[in-house]
Amino acid sequence: MLSRTEYLKLDKKIAPKSKEGQTLFLAFVVGGLICMIGQGVNDLFKLAIPSADEKLLGEITSTVMIFLGAALTGFGLYDRIGKFAGAGSIVPITGFANSVVSPAMEYRCEGVVFGVMCKMFVVAGPIIVSGVSSSIVVGLIYWIIGLLK
Amino acid sequence: MLAVYLRVFLVGGIVCLIGQLLINLTKMTSAKILVTFLLLGVVLEAVGVFDAIKEFARAGITIPITGFGSTLTKGAIEGAKKNGLPGALTGGMQAAAAGLSSAIFFGFLISLIFKARTKV
Repeated sequence: MLSRTEYLKLDKKIAPKSKEGQTLFLAFVVGGLICMIGQGVNDLFKLAIPSADEKLLGEITSTVMIFLGAALTGFGLYDRIGKFAGAGSIVPITGFANSVVSPAMEYRCEGVVFGVMCKMFVVAGPIIVSGVSSSIVVGLIYWIIGLLK
Repeated sequence: MLAVYLRVFLVGGIVCLIGQLLINLTKMTSAKILVTFLLLGVVLEAVGVFDAIKEFARAGITIPITGFGSTLTKGAIEGAKKNGLPGALTGGMQAAAAGLSSAIFFGFLISLIFKARTKV
């Protein structure tokens, strides 16, 4: 019979370490790959629409990536990627799309209005609220600085 | 060309690795991770270093949610400089409209088409 401290020591020795390194590596590789796909989309549209400026290209790229993230979530593939990629699939903008679609699909059975529409931003809501609010605060600071000048 | 993609991969990978490190160390949920990186983007843009990073890393920093924070903030700053107070309020959402609208629209569309499957 092992004592509690012995058990914890043993557990620490056997369990996480290698696994932790693996999660970091997978997050790095998958996250890097998703960003490369984004760059690829950006460059493809640059070729397709030579007149497009950087702002428009950025908008197209994020729209395409969000669509991809949403569609992959719909097919159930994104969650499978997320299983082993961890933050590699959460941090990119496709993960944002996933965080919108996932709860919406899950609550579909509660109806279109109360299920899909209401629950869509259960996870993504804080992101939009904090992003929009903090950007407005920064805008206000710049506005005040402009007034003082 | 190849060098650009390598930089995109490296920086994008490192950003996600930091995210994974946060998850491993603090057991943060994905919503909190996303908010953290979004705010990082906001701060980087507010102090004016985001463009320099973007110049180097391209999609490596704009595809992670940091890019969304930067877009919002850049819009708000530009709005404030151009139209004063109303610009500061509306600029962010205007600049981020593409991402927000597509997330709402595609998200709605996809969840109408697909049914939730049992989690594997």
